[in-house]
Amino acid sequence: MNAILEARNLNKRFGAIVAAEDVSVAIAADAVVGLIGANGAGKTTFVNMVTGYLKPDSGQIALEGNDITTLRPRQITRRGICRSFQIPQLYDTMTVRENLEIGLGILWLNRRRMAAESPAAAGAGKAASLDAAAQDILEQFHLAAHRDRIAGELPEGLRKLLDIAMALIARPRILLLDEPTSGVSADEKFDIMDRVMTAVHAQGVTVLFVEHDMDIVRRYSQRVLAFYQGRILADGSVRDVLADEDVRRHVTGA
Amino acid sequence: MRYRPYQALGLFTVVLFALVGTGLLLPAWQFLTTVALAKGMAVLGLMLLLRTGLVSFGQGLFYCLGGYAAGSLGQFWGITDALVLLVFGVAVAVLVAAILGLLMARYRDIFFAMLSLAFSMVLYGLLVKSQMLGSTDGFNLATPTLLGFSMGGDAGSFPLYVMACVLAWLAACGLYLYMDTPLGRLSHAIRDNEIRVEYMGASVYRAIYIKYIIAAALTGAGGVVAALAVGHIDPEMSYWVTSGEFVFVAILAGTGSVLAPFLGSIIFEVARSLATQYSPDTWQMILGVVMLVIILFLPGGLWSVFAHRRREPS
Amino acid sequence: MSHLPAVLADGVFYASWLFLIAVGLTLIYGVMRILNLAHGSFYALGAYAAASAAGAWLAQGYAPFGSYAVLIVAAVVAGCVVGPLIERFLLRYMYGKDEITLLLVTYAVLLIMEDAIKLLWGVDSYFLAEPYGLLGIFEVGNLIYPVYDLALFGVAVVAGIGLTWFLQYTRTGKLLRVVIHDREISAAMGINVSRFYLLTFTAGTVLATVGGALTAPMISVAPGIGIEVIVLAFAVVVIGGLGSLPGAALGALIVGLARASAVHYFPAAELFSVYLVMALVLIFRPRGLFAGAEVRKI
Repeated sequence: MNAILEARNLNKRFGAIVAAEDVSVAIAADAVVGLIGANGAGKTTFVNMVTGYLKPDSGQIALEGNDITTLRPRQITRRGICRSFQIPQLYDTMTVRENLEIGLGILWLNRRRMAAESPAAAGAGKAASLDAAAQDILEQFHLAAHRDRIAGELPEGLRKLLDIAMALIARPRILLLDEPTSGVSADEKFDIMDRVMTAVHAQGVTVLFVEHDMDIVRRYSQRVLAFYQGRILADGSVRDVLADEDVRRHVTGA
Repeated sequence: MRYRPYQALGLFTVVLFALVGTGLLLPAWQFLTTVALAKGMAVLGLMLLLRTGLVSFGQGLFYCLGGYAAGSLGQFWGITDALVLLVFGVAVAVLVAAILGLLMARYRDIFFAMLSLAFSMVLYGLLVKSQMLGSTDGFNLATPTLLGFSMGGDAGSFPLYVMACVLAWLAACGLYLYMDTPLGRLSHAIRDNEIRVEYMGASVYRAIYIKYIIAAALTGAGGVVAALAVGHIDPEMSYWVTSGEFVFVAILAGTGSVLAPFLGSIIFEVARSLATQYSPDTWQMILGVVMLVIILFLPGGLWSVFAHRRREPS
Repeated sequence: MSHLPAVLADGVFYASWLFLIAVGLTLIYGVMRILNLAHGSFYALGAYAAASAAGAWLAQGYAPFGSYAVLIVAAVVAGCVVGPLIERFLLRYMYGKDEITLLLVTYAVLLIMEDAIKLLWGVDSYFLAEPYGLLGIFEVGNLIYPVYDLALFGVAVVAGIGLTWFLQYTRTGKLLRVVIHDREISAAMGINVSRFYLLTFTAGTVLATVGGALTAPMISVAPGIGIEVIVLAFAVVVIGGLGSLPGAALGALIVGLARASAVHYFPAAELFSVYLVMALVLIFRPRGLFAGAEVRKI
């Protein structure tokens, strides 16, 4: 497999807590991978390490063969890995449109730097105008109707969508979603994931998402990684992993 | 809020002409307004930092540097050309900011405020002990000139007044346009959510560093003009109380518009001169009460600066 | 090196004074997370109250040594009146706002009180030199110091030990440390946080007024002393770590010795040495010497 993202022997401890133990995984381009596991099992730690928020105690992370282990979040973003957050990180006093425009503005500021590292993103930066590019994304996510609403006043589902939209603005090659449907009402969950996945497939993006909702995992992922106490318990197709005895005991409780 | 550069710049130009016109009609008004506009520039610099979520309790440092740079050029090298003094004053402020900013850009909240205060007091301490620079008395500045023509003395206070108006206009226009650029817009983004800014690929440290320097330049320019207008400089310009006054005017004015610092500064100077005339020993009390009233009863526009609430359109 | 004893003595005496004027500030921050700029005007209030009361006492011809008691009583009374007033009628409505807002509120109070003091006592200077010289002098080698300075050192040590003992060993003190550690948990545990705030703020105010009262015999009590002092106390507290009692002591010692060294070896640096030290500490340990070294970054 031509791995776009590879993690090798990642280890991370917080005092006595083992957040990651010998985590190794190779992700293929355009894959859609679900990360499951109980709280504290190491899923978010993995995401944090990949996106540069945490540095592993040992091990390497490589993006298309290039070592990104010690890079900072903004450097990793510029190389084409973006993430959304469990608690949406938005600019709460600005409108939806302004939130996106900030992202586009940053893209434009980085255009030269990013052209070398992520041609797709550089292309995005050269959009006809910030307005048009923002409008595009708003439409993809069905947020256009809300563009002049203040982000801080949006309902949770829309905040999540906006958070993910902001991650997609930079046309990343890899998108990490941290619990994209948590805090969202049951009927909205599929709607959100549908919109996200449509936009994602249109751009040809590799997706890893952390989820607790097994319905979401079953419906959208091609491959599943199950975490437990910092280790990867199982790695394979949706059906195989969810049927795995250990996974059923420690993760899904099925 | 959409930026409407043409309307805004048009408005600013109208205000400029109105100011100059009023100055012609009310010559007694010129001096006070010149000083107010100069301090307004300092507050404008502070406002840029406030919009980025940072409170500086030490802008007096750059205000003082600007004044003393201009004064020193005049005192020791006999240069009186106002533009040269201005450029030099701003250059000194920018140089110091470029160095201090490397450090300051790492800090936030109360630590940023404290460090800025510390640096301004270091300068104060240095100047008070500096015999060459007049110690606590400071020294006077010679009447400035512009292209050979005197800007004071027989020419009256009008030329300097016009210079202050034009500078304020330039600063307001410049900052307004700047706030609409991608880097300018980062200010509000940083104030709202630094983490998100970093995760979108921008360096918050670098952005703050740049804004710190811009703020210093504006404040330094204000210091030069104030020094030229008053004709005297002393270490008080770097004392923490001076910085506190800038903060007060910034709160009074709010961060809603680039015109606000100037308006607020004029109101402040008028109020101060009235108070000094009629009730000098209650001026501070009035300031304190007004500040409390604003903090307690006027949230929203004036207070969105600190409470990270909805910002007003520019 | 013949300067060394003088530097040490000067430094320690100055440090004692600094500790006394700074300890209330750090206590209030530690419990209430408020950087109380009005602390400076409380200090001034104490100095004025002491100067008037003790001055009147001595003018009446009463026992000179009684003036010390009068000094302290006047300060305590002033503090116990002003502290609760400000806490109950102003600060109470501001808890929960961010630290910068609170800082500005206390700044406003400082401004108001500066002029209030001017209204009450006028703009002239008060002198209360007698108590300063009353205790005589003592010699350290060939250096002469007023015994008052030594007494001040003693007061500072007693205050430091007393407060530490109070916080470590008394029931109220222990509860106070719980409040310092975590406000929400304390409230959940049933501790009357509101009453502790009142108690702490009053205590901090009294520490300030007493500090001012004890200083009064050493200076000319005039408008503006509060403004000068607050920024010094501020520096001491920041160096030691906001909210830390041992930090205030260490900070006072460092600043005291730094200034004494400057005075003797490098007079031009006397004034800014304090702020330079403050800036240096902030650079390497932004939370002060007695706090974690983690920089407040993103």
